[in-house]
Formats: sequence, C-alpha cells, structure tokens
Amino acid sequence: MHYAILCYHSEEVVTAWTKEQNEEVMGRLEKVRQRIAKEGKLGPVARLLPTTAATTLRKDRDAPLILDGPFAETKEQFLGFYIVDVADLDEALGIARELGEANPGGAFEVRPLAVYYPAGV
Amino acid sequence: MADLAWIDAALLAARPQAISALLRYFRDLDIAEEAYQEACLRALKTWPQNGPPRDPTAWLIFVGRNVALDQVRRQKKQEPLPQDDRISDLGDAESDVAERLDGAHYRDDILRLLFICCHPELPATQQVALALRIVSGLSAKQIARAFLVGESAMEQRITRAKARIAAAEVPFEAPGPVERGERLAAVAAMLYLVFNEGYSASGAEADRRRPFSEEAIRLARLLLRLFPTEPEIMGLAALMLLQHARAATRLDDSGAIVLLDDQDRALWDRHLIAEGLALIDKAMRHQSPGPYQLQAAIAAVHVRAVRPEETDWAQIDLLYATLEHVQPSPVVSLNRAVAVGKLRGPAAALSFIEPLEASLAGYFHFFGLKGGLLLQLGRGREARIAFDRAIALANSASEAAHIRLHIDRLMRESETSSAG
Repeated sequence: MHYAILCYHSEEVVTAWTKEQNEEVMGRLEKVRQRIAKEGKLGPVARLLPTTAATTLRKDRDAPLILDGPFAETKEQFLGFYIVDVADLDEALGIARELGEANPGGAFEVRPLAVYYPAGV
Repeated sequence: MADLAWIDAALLAARPQAISALLRYFRDLDIAEEAYQEACLRALKTWPQNGPPRDPTAWLIFVGRNVALDQVRRQKKQEPLPQDDRISDLGDAESDVAERLDGAHYRDDILRLLFICCHPELPATQQVALALRIVSGLSAKQIARAFLVGESAMEQRITRAKARIAAAEVPFEAPGPVERGERLAAVAAMLYLVFNEGYSASGAEADRRRPFSEEAIRLARLLLRLFPTEPEIMGLAALMLLQHARAATRLDDSGAIVLLDDQDRALWDRHLIAEGLALIDKAMRHQSPGPYQLQAAIAAVHVRAVRPEETDWAQIDLLYATLEHVQPSPVVSLNRAVAVGKLRGPAAALSFIEPLEASLAGYFHFFGLKGGLLLQLGRGREARIAFDRAIALANSASEAAHIRLHIDRLMRESETSSAG
C-alpha cells in the first residue's frame, strides 16, 4: 500500500530557524530517509519552497483565475511530502512517528494513495 | 534541537505579530515591548512543562496584554495585585484572541509596527537600528557590536528614535488604500536598508552583520504573506534572495571583495536562487515593473548564467534601460554602463558615463569603473588618475584594497614595458 506523508508546519517558525538549526533538522531527517530508502519502501520525497513562492490556479470558473499565494490560508502550511510503500497504516504511522522525532512541531497527514505513477513511467 | 531552541524559534516567529498587536492595545512601544518580554519569560517557564500552546502567538499576546494591564492597574492603585492567578485560565480567552488575529487587523498591525520603524522623521541609521531592536528583537548590544559603536551610544540612538516616533504620533486607525500603499513602499525601502547593512559589509564586519541580511529576508517573506499580490514586494524578496545566495562567494578569506566574474558559482546557494527566481517569475506576470522587480530581474540574469561568459548582457542592458526610465538616477546609468561596455566595448561605455561625472564626482564606483575602462583602452596614465580618485572616495578598507590591486598591476605593467 502506498501512503503519502504530508508535512505541515508553521512556515513562520520554520523560516525563523537559523541555518544551523535547519541543517540539524535536515540531517536528522536524512538519516531516516536513507534507512527507509534502503528498505525499498520509499517513493519520491519533496520539500516545497515557502508558500510565498506559490501561485494558485482557480479552475472553478471559466476562464480559470490565477492568484498569488497558496490555495489555503492556514496557521500551518503544507511544506513537503514523502511517498512510502508499506504493508499497512500502522507501518506508515511508524515512519511518520520516526520522522516526527527528527523534526518535532507541526503535523503529518498520512493519506493512502489511490493512483500512483512513479517518475518517468 | 533542544527544547529551548524550539521555543526560541517560536518566540522569534511570533514576535512581529505579538508586539504589533500589543502596540495596538497599549499604543506605547515601551509598554508593548516590556509586555512581550514578560510573556516570553513566562513561555520559557511554562512551555517546556505543558508543551507549546496551540497558537503560540495568541498565547503571547494574551499573556502580554494581561501582564501590562496588571502593571497599569498597579501603578494606578499603587498596591500590588496577585499576578499568576489572573492568567491561569487561558482556554476561552485564547481562542477569543486567536479569532481576532485572523481578522483583517493583524495585517495592518504588523505594517504599522514596521512603518513606525521607518518613519520619515528618522534618519536611515536610526531606522535600521530601531527595526533590528523592535521587530527582530536584537539587543542594543548586538546591534552596537555590528555597527562598531558603544552599547550605550546605541541605546541612546534607539531611545532617541523612539522619542521621535512618539512625538510623530503615527495614527492607529486602519489606513486607507493609498496610505497603505505608501506605508508598504516605505517599509520595503527600510527592509532593503537592513538587508544592505548586512550585504554590503566587508572584512571582519561581514560576519557580524550577515544576520541582518537573513533577518531582512525573513521579514520580506512575512510581508509577502501579508500582501501576497504586490509585485514589488515579490521583487524585493527576490532581489534579497538572489543577492544573498552569492554571499558566501562575495568576499575572499581575507575579507576582500570578489567581483561577480571571479566568484565560484558552484558555491552559490541553489535553494535561495530557486526561491528568488520563482518570486521574480510570479512578479513579472503582473506586468507592472518597479525598481525592485527590475533589480531582481537583473540579478536573475546573472545567476542564470552558468559561467560569466554566458551572461545575457543584452537583456541586462534592456533591464537597466527600463530601470533608468522607472527610477532615473546616475547610479543606475553607471550600472548600465557595465552592460554597455560588455556589449559595445570600453570606448562606448566611457562615452556613456562621461555625462555622469558631474553628478557622481563624489562616488567611489564611478571612478573605479572609469579607471577600469581606461585601463582596457590602454590609457594607463588616465586610469591611474581615476583609480587615485576612487581610493580617496572609498567607503571601506576592502574597497580601497580592491582598487589598489588594479594600480599594482598598472605599475607592474609600466615597469615591464619600460624595461622591455
């Protein structure tokens, strides 16, 4: 079963990290990432640029409306994701818990995938 | 990261919003700052035990407001009141404050706080000091060290700035669209000033002031979240990101300036570049070019060139021509002359800058460029005169050192030619 682990955190807090704090967090996450990858359970991983770099295309009208900024104005922002290939929800939550220890604060939404095209296929 | 480091990051992130909300309640910068300070102390005491609150900013505003209210009441009654029990139950009140935070208020709150720091009555040095002190929360000591002045002198500078602001009475009503636009432009200029205090530093100062650039970027991102559709704010953020991406390569180990052509492009920060390019792309869609967007677009052309030879100088020339039109200034024209020189040769660039000499007679970079162009044309003696003028006008030891390199080369060349 494929799950997406969607990463949410307060962008204001994350962008207030010093370079050192950022590198420390990324280093810890990288260790977890490498381990899961070695077990053959990892799909694509992405860290997104800040929501200030986002553009939104509203397609609920004709012609679609292009807006600056992210779709959702929330306290915690969607900042990145992992795709994991695991046996069940428990295993996906286990990975999420481990990633959470490496990067406390914010939230992970663990959501099963309905359709999945790996890159380049 | 230890628990306390997390709390520090949360407090830093909450600071602009919390202080500006407290400023709206109390209409006094000192009271707002002290209230926030006290709320932070309490956060450091209670958050490690109870975990961080659901909405740290709302918590800080609520606690800060209660602390300050208590103090105001105490001063009135001249008798002590119980402290902690008044803020023990935060449940309902916290969501109440959070609700109001989501309202239209807080955008103008933060803009007002930033605008206060760049009030037209304040000279540039005071604007920068005040913004770093109040919005970013740097201590007077930290700021003083970066500016190489004594701590008490810096404290005086900040106190004087605050007094001027209080006297100027910035209105607390929500500004109209025109006034909001004016405030935004003033704030953008102030943030770029803060950025440049970090970016333009060289030598030993560069390390001490690097956090200023990072802080300016953080505040520009904040401004962009508040005003997501302003192309000039996108341009400002992009400009800072693209310039800061090169920070690690701008100075050599001895702190001397390394020119763009000689910088190791492999060391440029790719994350900052990606973000900067994304923002300038977004801004361009608005088709409403302004000075920050144009400068960012020029920086973007530079970072897009994998090697210096691949730089699209025609594009840069065009962008500077547009900038000259939008914001006419001899300094802009001088910068355009570099592109003119690359496209049409040093003689063309030299005649391009000739009419600028009268207005740039006191400008280091004018004579640096003039000397360089004369040198390329083989007019060594005239180049020497221009370089001497440049050194006399240098703003820092590393600027002077950079010109001296040219002069040394000139001397060596004239020696070899006379010997040969």
